[in-house]
Amino acid sequence: MSPMARFSPVPAATDPAIIRNFCIIAHIDHGKSTLADRMLQSTGVVEHRNMKAQYLDRMDIERERGITIKSQAVRMPWELDGESYALNMIDTPGHVDFTYEVSRSLAACEGAILLVDAAQGIEAQTLANLYLAMENDLTIIPVLNKIDLPAAQPEKYAEELANLIGGDPEDVLKVSGKTGVGVEALLDKIVRDIPAPQGDPNAPARAMIFDSVYDTYRGVVTYVRVIDGSLSPRERIQMMSTRASHELLEIGVSSPEPTPSKGLGVGEVGYLITGVKDVRLSKVGDTVTNLAKPAEKSLEGYADPKPMVFSGLYPIDGADYPVLREALEKLMLNDAALVYEPETSAALGFGFRVGFLGLLHLEITRERLEREYNLDLISTAPNVEYEVTLEDKKVVKVTNPSEYPEGKIKEVREPMVSATILAPSEFVGAIMELCQARRGVLGGMDYLSEDRVEIRYRLPLAEIVFDFFDILKSKTRGYASLDWKADGEQVADLVKVDILLQGEQVDAFSSITHKDKAYSYGVMMTGKLRELIPRQQFEVPIQAAIGSRIIARESIRAIRKDVLAKCYGGDISRKRKLLEKQKEGKKRMKMVGRVEVPQEAFVAALSSDESKDKSKK
Amino acid sequence: MTPSALPLGDPAPADGLLPAQAADGAAERNFGLYVHIPFCSVRCGYCDFNTYTATELGGGASQDVYGGTAAREVVFAADALRRSGLPERRMGTVFFGGGTPTLLPAEDLALILRTAVDQWGLVPGAEVTTEANPDSVTPQSLQLLADAGFTRVSFGMQSAVPHVLAVLDRTHTPSRVPQAVQWARDAGLNVSVDLIYGTPGESMADWKHSLEEALSYEPDHISAYALIIEEGTKLAARMRRGEVPPIDDDDHADKYVLADEMMTAAGLNWYEVSNWARTPADQCRHNLAYWRSDDWWGIGPGAHSHAGGVRWWNAKHPTAYAQRIEAGESPAVGRETLDADTRYMEDVMLRTRLAEGLALDRLRESGRQAVAGLMADGLVDPRAALTGKVILTPKGRLLADAVVRRLLPD
Repeated sequence: MSPMARFSPVPAATDPAIIRNFCIIAHIDHGKSTLADRMLQSTGVVEHRNMKAQYLDRMDIERERGITIKSQAVRMPWELDGESYALNMIDTPGHVDFTYEVSRSLAACEGAILLVDAAQGIEAQTLANLYLAMENDLTIIPVLNKIDLPAAQPEKYAEELANLIGGDPEDVLKVSGKTGVGVEALLDKIVRDIPAPQGDPNAPARAMIFDSVYDTYRGVVTYVRVIDGSLSPRERIQMMSTRASHELLEIGVSSPEPTPSKGLGVGEVGYLITGVKDVRLSKVGDTVTNLAKPAEKSLEGYADPKPMVFSGLYPIDGADYPVLREALEKLMLNDAALVYEPETSAALGFGFRVGFLGLLHLEITRERLEREYNLDLISTAPNVEYEVTLEDKKVVKVTNPSEYPEGKIKEVREPMVSATILAPSEFVGAIMELCQARRGVLGGMDYLSEDRVEIRYRLPLAEIVFDFFDILKSKTRGYASLDWKADGEQVADLVKVDILLQGEQVDAFSSITHKDKAYSYGVMMTGKLRELIPRQQFEVPIQAAIGSRIIARESIRAIRKDVLAKCYGGDISRKRKLLEKQKEGKKRMKMVGRVEVPQEAFVAALSSDESKDKSKK
Repeated sequence: MTPSALPLGDPAPADGLLPAQAADGAAERNFGLYVHIPFCSVRCGYCDFNTYTATELGGGASQDVYGGTAAREVVFAADALRRSGLPERRMGTVFFGGGTPTLLPAEDLALILRTAVDQWGLVPGAEVTTEANPDSVTPQSLQLLADAGFTRVSFGMQSAVPHVLAVLDRTHTPSRVPQAVQWARDAGLNVSVDLIYGTPGESMADWKHSLEEALSYEPDHISAYALIIEEGTKLAARMRRGEVPPIDDDDHADKYVLADEMMTAAGLNWYEVSNWARTPADQCRHNLAYWRSDDWWGIGPGAHSHAGGVRWWNAKHPTAYAQRIEAGESPAVGRETLDADTRYMEDVMLRTRLAEGLALDRLRESGRQAVAGLMADGLVDPRAALTGKVILTPKGRLLADAVVRRLLPD
């Protein structure tokens, strides 16, 4: 058993040979943050009394959902066989939406802890990240967590892990982040197994940005891993992708609170502050170099984040539009992947079309807008970006169904994903049925262990952005996990279905869908609206149409009675209050032509049944 | 008739003095009296009015001394109006409602009326009505009322169908009603019957039967009210538990249309959304006073009053009410003084319900703009509009609240 380190190697003067850079690959709920917290305690960087659960997850939403949205890096001292080491733990985001950020975190490390819940086994996203780590030639340390749980099956899952990465099940470490069992042995193993970083201390500086966070007081805090050379305070640095240069106001390491240092040398991990106010000026994946003595070649792997899923965000109260605009501007400072542009909907008023990396990104963004900026929002059904080619060869990119071109269409291309689903083998039938119904093409199937299967499908992204994951979960009693990555595009037989209320098209309900599904969408949406829209003083036909062809029809019968029979012996005040209340209610209605549609109807019609059930819980 | 919940308003002063606004133009307005009798022999399942079964109350609120308590408020009222600078006006209408006024001995009702007449006097041909339960009248009691100055009786018939009456908790047997109507007529009283439609379990045939029965008594006036399920009533609780089916507005609409057709065919004409009368003279003028924003004083617990845009209401519980009267204080617990906009809103809201209609020139520009659309939708009579009146069509009557909202777009 190693003691706590007696002294900590000093940043900027640390021999790369005593540095170990690693990250933890784990699924949500598998106890990554708890284990990280335990490491902070074991190495003495956080004293027990200062500990709060999940120290590293800073945002409220992160702590509540038990997930990490933004990564962090912490430097910890550890002693083994009389030598002090500097361990840099880079906390990676755990969700498929942030695959690119994960890949950059991995690129900053030489090793990865593959952390798996001993009661649940590996999940699809973990597997995807594991493959990513293996592609990056990282040393993998397999670890089973939560061995204290009664339901833990360490032998079974040790074998599963050994099968995946090669090696002996006996080598799989068994820990409990909760009780601390095995944590010190893990720290020892990190020092022993993970290679020290290598780089040229005399070459021009090259540091890779693996995270960039906006802080209200300090501006953008950029997290970097130095590959070659070194960085020092007050020097001028340059971002190699944009050629923008900044003065390095502060440089340091997190331990876990930010601690300024004299610089960062080869292999070291730390943060930079330059005073910039927008994370777009300090992009994940970019290379930082010295302006006076720049590197010739930037590090590989830089890519701009590409939004995959689009949704219209509208304030329920139109007067909140400026608040929403300001809130998006602020969120953008901290989220280089967020893109948006103003959009006007006849039904919903003024709002924004916002592009996201995926559904979780959408949900988190929406939740932050509502919570941190006190907004009530309607979000339209998420959709993907279509490429529509007209007969005249003109190509139109469509991120909003209402922009779907009118003219003669030659072909429509939709983005595809390759999806990996891990589940107990008993659910294979149900999963295949679901994927088939979503126009998926089976790519292959492998047994991870006797009763666990990895199924691979190529699917249109549009088919998984709405309710796919919810349905997958419910069909597999919560056991299935899903990972996906972009996989080109395909030509598909797609049509736009419009919804008309009393002959007026309601843009918010238009949908681009496969021809075979247009009818069921039409029936579903007209039926839903018939239930949701209150009766009016006249009959309201609700139609679903492809172009001018009606494919489904419902009608809301006219209301026939809207009168209080009597007036309670002169209590006029009561009747008047009722009228005032009714008038107030009318103000919250959106007018579609002459039809009064309550906000709640839009919200309910645009949310899937599954998410409605969720909100009821 | 008083509702269960009192509106929120300003406090009312103990001396009963009214704001100056109440006296403005009072000489041109009719003055009426409403007397609330807060007693019933049983509490009906649908009723949320301020009423108590006879055994519930004691002290100054009990049934045997209530007549005296109400008479004291009459004296207080006359004094308060005088002190507030309102002109002396005789009563054009008096209405005893409840509860069941006829649960009080006819002598007590006569005492309250006599006290009021002593204070204000009656205009010649004044209308003096009491509501009555068909079960709680006799030829003698009706004669006594007629002799005391009552001119009109309104019987709570509700339905002619036993299973409907049972859901409503009404205790009278249907055959009692024609008898009571005959006795009232023999005593020289003008007769109205009250009906309720849309009771859970009432079929269209049931309702038609009730209408036929009521019309066969040849009353001078019929009120037909759609059943409203009020929160806090026994019926609301039963509906929540699923013991009775929910209210269906389409069923209400069908029944209203049938009632209007049958009554019109029998020679009774609508003059207010829920009221039909044989001749204009048979219209309930007291009821009309509410819709025309006339002045009236409401006597009794929870009763509402109005004078020149000042509305006030009494303590709801009979005991609290009686204590204030005994202390010589105003029983009013709240009031509101309406500004011009609110009075306009009320005017549109109330007059639209009447067959005499709302004069177009009472409408502001935004309201006049809405009339064309209302005609186009068949809610407002276009011929009447040409003569300067907003008068509802039968379809419009069923959507009167919606029409009012369209006339008050701001």
